Amino acid sequence: MDFNTAAETNIFDRPKILGKAVPRRDGPLKTTGRAPYAYERHDVAEGQLVGYPLGSAIAKGRILSMDTEAARAAPGVRAIVTTLDMEAMPVPSEMHTAHLFGGDKVEHYHQAIAVVVAETFEQARAATALIKVEYDADEGAEFDLLAAYEKMKDTPVDPEVSKGDFETAFANAAHRIDRTYVTTPQNHAQMEPQATVAAWDENGNVTLWTSNQMIQWAKKAVAKTFEMDVEKVRVDSPYVGGGFGNKLFIRSDVVLAALGAKAAGQPVKLAMPRPFVMNNTTHRAGTVQRIRIGTDAQGKIVALAHEGTSNTLPGGSGEDATNQSQHFYAADTLLIATRLAEMHLPEANAMRAPGEASGLMGLEMAMDEMAEELGMDPVQFRLVNDTDTSPATGKKFSDRNFARCLTEGAERFGWENRNTTPGSRREGDWLIGHGVAGAFRPSPATTSGARVRLQADGRIIVETDMTDIGTGSYTIIAQTVAEAMGMDIEDVEVRLGDSAFPVSSGSGGQFGAVSSTAGAYAACTALRREVARRIGHNDADGLSFARGNVTAGAKETPLVDIAPEGEIVAEDKVKFGSFRKDRMVATFAAHFVEVGVNAWTGEVRVRRMLGVCDAGRIMNPTTALSQVIGGMVMGVGAALSEEIAVDTAKGVFINHDLANYEVPVHADIPEQEVVFLDTLDPVSGPLKSKGVGELGLCGVAGAVANAVYNATGVRAREYPITLDKLLDGLPEV
Amino acid sequence: MNTHSDMQAGQDTALPGPTTSKTRLVVNGTERVLEVDNRTTLLDALREHLRLTGTKKGCDHGQCGACTCFVNGQRVNSCLSLAVMHDGDEITTIEGLGTPEDMDPLQAAFVAHDGFQCGYCTPGQICSAKATLEELRAGIPSHVTKDLLANPPLSPEEIKERMSGNICRCGAYANILEAVLDVAEAR
Amino acid sequence: MRAFSYEKVKNPAGAAARAAEVANAKFVAGGTNLLDLMKLEIETPLHLIDVNGLGLDRIEGTDDGGLRIGTLVRNTALAADERVKRDYPVLTRALMAGASGQLRNKATTGGNLLQRTRCPYFYDTAMACNKRKPGSGCAAQAPGAFSRQLGVVGVSEACIATHPSDMAVAMRALDAVVETVMPEGETRAIPLADFHLLPGHTPEVETALKPGELITAVTLPAPVGGHQSYTKVRDRSSYAFALVSVALIRQPDGSGAVALGGVAPKPWRNAAADKLLPEGAKAVMAELMKDARPTEQNRYKIKLAERTLASALNEAKG
Repeated sequence: MDFNTAAETNIFDRPKILGKAVPRRDGPLKTTGRAPYAYERHDVAEGQLVGYPLGSAIAKGRILSMDTEAARAAPGVRAIVTTLDMEAMPVPSEMHTAHLFGGDKVEHYHQAIAVVVAETFEQARAATALIKVEYDADEGAEFDLLAAYEKMKDTPVDPEVSKGDFETAFANAAHRIDRTYVTTPQNHAQMEPQATVAAWDENGNVTLWTSNQMIQWAKKAVAKTFEMDVEKVRVDSPYVGGGFGNKLFIRSDVVLAALGAKAAGQPVKLAMPRPFVMNNTTHRAGTVQRIRIGTDAQGKIVALAHEGTSNTLPGGSGEDATNQSQHFYAADTLLIATRLAEMHLPEANAMRAPGEASGLMGLEMAMDEMAEELGMDPVQFRLVNDTDTSPATGKKFSDRNFARCLTEGAERFGWENRNTTPGSRREGDWLIGHGVAGAFRPSPATTSGARVRLQADGRIIVETDMTDIGTGSYTIIAQTVAEAMGMDIEDVEVRLGDSAFPVSSGSGGQFGAVSSTAGAYAACTALRREVARRIGHNDADGLSFARGNVTAGAKETPLVDIAPEGEIVAEDKVKFGSFRKDRMVATFAAHFVEVGVNAWTGEVRVRRMLGVCDAGRIMNPTTALSQVIGGMVMGVGAALSEEIAVDTAKGVFINHDLANYEVPVHADIPEQEVVFLDTLDPVSGPLKSKGVGELGLCGVAGAVANAVYNATGVRAREYPITLDKLLDGLPEV
Repeated sequence: MNTHSDMQAGQDTALPGPTTSKTRLVVNGTERVLEVDNRTTLLDALREHLRLTGTKKGCDHGQCGACTCFVNGQRVNSCLSLAVMHDGDEITTIEGLGTPEDMDPLQAAFVAHDGFQCGYCTPGQICSAKATLEELRAGIPSHVTKDLLANPPLSPEEIKERMSGNICRCGAYANILEAVLDVAEAR
Repeated sequence: MRAFSYEKVKNPAGAAARAAEVANAKFVAGGTNLLDLMKLEIETPLHLIDVNGLGLDRIEGTDDGGLRIGTLVRNTALAADERVKRDYPVLTRALMAGASGQLRNKATTGGNLLQRTRCPYFYDTAMACNKRKPGSGCAAQAPGAFSRQLGVVGVSEACIATHPSDMAVAMRALDAVVETVMPEGETRAIPLADFHLLPGHTPEVETALKPGELITAVTLPAPVGGHQSYTKVRDRSSYAFALVSVALIRQPDGSGAVALGGVAPKPWRNAAADKLLPEGAKAVMAELMKDARPTEQNRYKIKLAERTLASALNEAKG
């Protein structure tokens, strides 16, 4: 199916099941502990041994020697593979930066340097600790983003976007601010650490039962890393215990399990120990963001500059904090520039809403500061600078209702009753503040395929290598197919995550829901055509599918009667035409937050949150709501507690566990209200929906930060806003 | 992560006893006798030996709560307890609370309120939710209990504090709270 | 985790004797910190002596009107005990501010006192740490180190780790005494004030316990009344170690006791500071922090401790 023009009225506009709050289809399995995650696949391969990884104890340098004698002699050990046993294996894909294994070169702390395979987990772990490693560490390597920024900030770079004469417009602006914001690196901290069961067969085929968001990428990456035919690789990942970008790409668990299995001649399973995850895998890079805004006397932005600097391994792409600033607000002149500070911290790569999550932490605080400079209501300031066209590209938004998000949000939140003088509202021990922020996140879509199999009993099985990482794919795909085929959702079974299934979009970049449901729809359209043919019609469009029947004119045929001899299989994929790129397809939100700041200690506690989202058709209000409230929780963490602590001399993320890297807990999260605007975006896809998985995070931290300022009068420009950054400005005791 | 500078080779001191033990657990009502490496945690005994994988390993260090199950009626982190220390104990796991066809009211409430997303922390959340309601009924105070001498109220604040040892990175907290309140009020 | 042998013991003196007799043996009770550290090979016992069967799990009155808390009393049971809630509320408050519900169900009284620091450099065996490996250095004080949550007072050039317990801070304010049994069967009583040692040049030596010596109980003197509070300050609302905590017992006449957590290698209290309580937080904290040697990153704790105490005093005055 080619999606080459904006969707017209179609079956999804009179939905019976799409758009309904259908309970999550995988719920009963997950809540009763029966959904099998990667490390739990006892049944898929006989004789599984256990692997355990060893990580480098230095951040940069070379390994001189590895003594594995004691480890090999340890009880139960069946195989050991060290990084010195081979040349560096190819980097798995263009989207990876560091090597996952092989060779004597160390690129970052806890880079995998050995795997020990033993009969039990206890034996493998103990033996791993017996390996002795000699290093030659590089002295004087750079690990400090702030120091690197100081060195590079005055060196001119070619801007990514330069529209008009920013410098002159800024110099002549009636009002202006020039501020620098810092975000620290963050960790995805998904609850299930990376894990893989690997098994080779006698023909050199490998199967990997793993936890991954992007099955097709994983399959290709394995083939590239092991320099083997891609058709010899199978990847299976039906349940994923959270990803947030940390499982977009294969990581060392896949490689170590496969190497270990090959060496031991038996299947091997390996899970990353939690203290290994943060440095071995990827993180969201830290950023330093200089933002300049100039306005005219009425608050119209005449000049906007956003310059972002982030850390990356050499050759990587860091965190582009500036993207949203190209498109979000009307600006007569623009200057957008990025700098990469190359250093040997672990690999920076995508984390939920890469770019915007960090960029809006800067931009939305700057917008708040500019509004204050102007003496304007920050909601009004944003409204004044709303636009239906991206100032950077000149392209129109396909559908943009940001102003409604702001105005409806302000009304619902009671914005008019907010504290308007920073530091002036106190209830007992608590200073009360209110903050607002806008959110912007593109809503891309990508080719996605599916297969539908109409069974003799009238049920349908859907197969696609799409993943459900908690996003609700099982449920919304079932809804889409039930809607397209006019069936009960109970009669639709969705199977995901197996590379033997048609290639889908996978889960990432909030493109999964839009793409994979459109792909399922494409397959259903093919099936409808085949059903039409079977009942003697050439044109499926003239048929009606409802209540488990197909109706042609006056003749109604139950689907159970269509394939009595065996299943009918139809497969297709959706391809999104280039017309979609003529518009800006994006999602928007406004977030409103109330915080209390303890006047004695500076502890910040969020008291209530409201998000108003504009994301086209909401396919399932239950799962979409969960995506958004979950994003809001992550935003609270980003604002207040999440910080990868970098030892800037050793190049180590030192707080590498869940005790020291503080993500929000139950007690941190207050009442959360979410409103979805009732909008449709026909340019986005056949279902007229857009992504919400990343939108829910965007802007939240900025709203919290602005509320903290409003409560205290202290403007902390380095996230997370912990109490030590507020103490000096709190009321005297 | 283990490594290097601190590691001494091998264990050169003879151990005064065997490194494996026999332990008898009553798991979800069924007696199971296991011969385990002394190092085996209760969590790994459940997941690897008994293949009851509903109890999850999120951190293996008591920092996430995904491994929460019941020992003799009390919730514990099964990752920080050795199987050999539970000889004769009664263990209840998420599998013992209900099945997909016959869910415990809390399991059903989690589905109804979408109190999970990826599902990995969910068994631990449900076990903790069950324990939270029991601990409230038993009058055990919490960090947010105002009057230590009165019975703690069944309030959102109390539930959230008592559930805080179970991290949900998907951020389903608000829905989990609704699910727990729903079941609490039904009782 | 290294292989180890395991036994259960039946009586306290026998347990102590066994620990003295077997090389590299350790007691295990709740296990919530020991197993955590064994998995990382920070603790490497060859033999575990399971003391859970010793029966030291009762809370009973003492002749002088105080309480004797068996070493195996779990944190939840201690916090929920009617006598503790009524007569020693600072202790209930401190216990409930620590860890999580499921950890408190396992963690014991004695084990809580013996838990080791959460310094991230202690927890990473590739990092220099004098506490873990004497003489290797203190990575937490090296240039570029992350020390925001570490100690500011009572620390040394060798170590700036804090003691992580909340319970111990309240017990320190309550003048608790630790009761032990030695391998030879003798018993002794160690005031909690003397139980934890400052690091000096030997941060690996953390307590006054001798080899094999087993904690059997903690005793609290007769109730002292007054307004009691435990104020714990942390980044997230729950399930986190203290940046600063304040155990306060304040009598109607303004006198009382103050102990601090999160700032030092042991619960931090001194008599001179207690005497200054009527003068307010500033005076008390000047005394408690007089020898502070903070890092650039954790200097804020000095101000935070003063403000936290001021908050607690304000609440006490009602």
